[in-house]
Amino acid sequence: MEFLTPMGWDEALAMKADRPDALPLAGGTDVMVELNLTAHRPAALLDLTRIPELRTWSTTANEHIRLGAGVTYRQVIDELADQLPGLAMAARTVGSPQIRNRGTVGGNLGAASPAGDSHPPLLAVGAQIEVSSKTRGSRLIPIDEFFTGVKRNALAPDELIAAAVIPTARGPQQFSKIGTRNAMVIAVCSFALALDAHTEVVGTGIGSAAPTPIRADEAERYLTEVLQGLRLWRRRSPLPESVVRRFAELVAEAAAPIDDVRGTAVYRRHALSVLARRTLTWAWDEYWATGQSAA
Amino acid sequence: MRITCTVNGQARELDDVWEGESLLYVLRERMGLPGSKNACEQGECGSCTVYLDGETVCSCLVAAGQADGREIRTVEGLSDGERLHPIQQAFVETGAVQCGFCTPGLLVQIEDLLRRTPDPTDLEIREALAGNLCRCTGYEQILEAVRLAAGRIRSTA
Repeated sequence: MEFLTPMGWDEALAMKADRPDALPLAGGTDVMVELNLTAHRPAALLDLTRIPELRTWSTTANEHIRLGAGVTYRQVIDELADQLPGLAMAARTVGSPQIRNRGTVGGNLGAASPAGDSHPPLLAVGAQIEVSSKTRGSRLIPIDEFFTGVKRNALAPDELIAAAVIPTARGPQQFSKIGTRNAMVIAVCSFALALDAHTEVVGTGIGSAAPTPIRADEAERYLTEVLQGLRLWRRRSPLPESVVRRFAELVAEAAAPIDDVRGTAVYRRHALSVLARRTLTWAWDEYWATGQSAA
Repeated sequence: MRITCTVNGQARELDDVWEGESLLYVLRERMGLPGSKNACEQGECGSCTVYLDGETVCSCLVAAGQADGREIRTVEGLSDGERLHPIQQAFVETGAVQCGFCTPGLLVQIEDLLRRTPDPTDLEIREALAGNLCRCTGYEQILEAVRLAAGRIRSTA
């Protein structure tokens, strides 16, 4: 097994072009588990931890955060909780402090697990994933098209994930996850919600309840229409209980869960409806209360 | 491959390291530093916690090649010669050591906590130690040790 250690991004892309079978390695919190516990051996490891440009984030001209693929969960929590509250909430639920010190959003996207904690909040805000190759340069993949199957993503063999380009929050965001305890759990299911008070649009993301992370399209459409139709964004009044209930039903219906060691399909669907109801109530209360205090 | 790194302040160089092995394996099997414990090999238990460039990590999840050129501090680097670190002393006094297997990882993680948060609340202690499992389940004594050590470190600071 070869160990490739590019010191810069161009060098990394050149190595990946030469060795498309090389497995990218960032924080190691997925890849090393496989190396330690299974007989599977990649032909080569491509260590991405020495590339400075991957470790930083910046704000783009149109108020997006360009989050380098090597930014750790720890950095997201410490530095981006205001701009990316949904992603920061999800980051706080990842593993333990030791895992959050190493694990990266880019690594999560690379592994593309249906249970990846960063995926639902990225879906809820319509992030784009910037990927690059030596010969074709960079392209942006909408997050909806990024996950192509269980632990599969839309990367070509010679491509690497450069960054996630994420709209800055313009309204309350929430993330919630079901597990046997608060730390060190793979989600039984998870749900992210983003309310955009400017465009008056609702975004969602579901984790661990389908072959890939998915959005709850119908639920988004329903709630967006109701909030606009009843002029609730302007009135800043509590949501009718019937609206919350219908939204929760539609979120549960969007899922395609399976029975496995962590939970049954029936449980997951039920839990998702509870998460949808809770996160919507929390987010709308925050929106409503903020408006009251500002008025 | 060849690995050069600094471990507990000492420059170390190793040859013929297998590319896929973990920093934990390097520390225990090649450098004779068995303080960091090997249990789950998947980042679940925290007994292999060490500092890598000043941040606590599970050394079982760091590839040997990733540690090349880096600075590592292990549980062996906590005491001042024969004099125990205040956290180690507090563990002894409060009975926080039972079988002792989780102790090294806890000591490193607690030192990191107290450097950042000298007077942690119980909730902060629990959050900081959420990735360190004690299968003897002596968590109450461990919390007591953290409070005792925190008080002593603050009073001598």
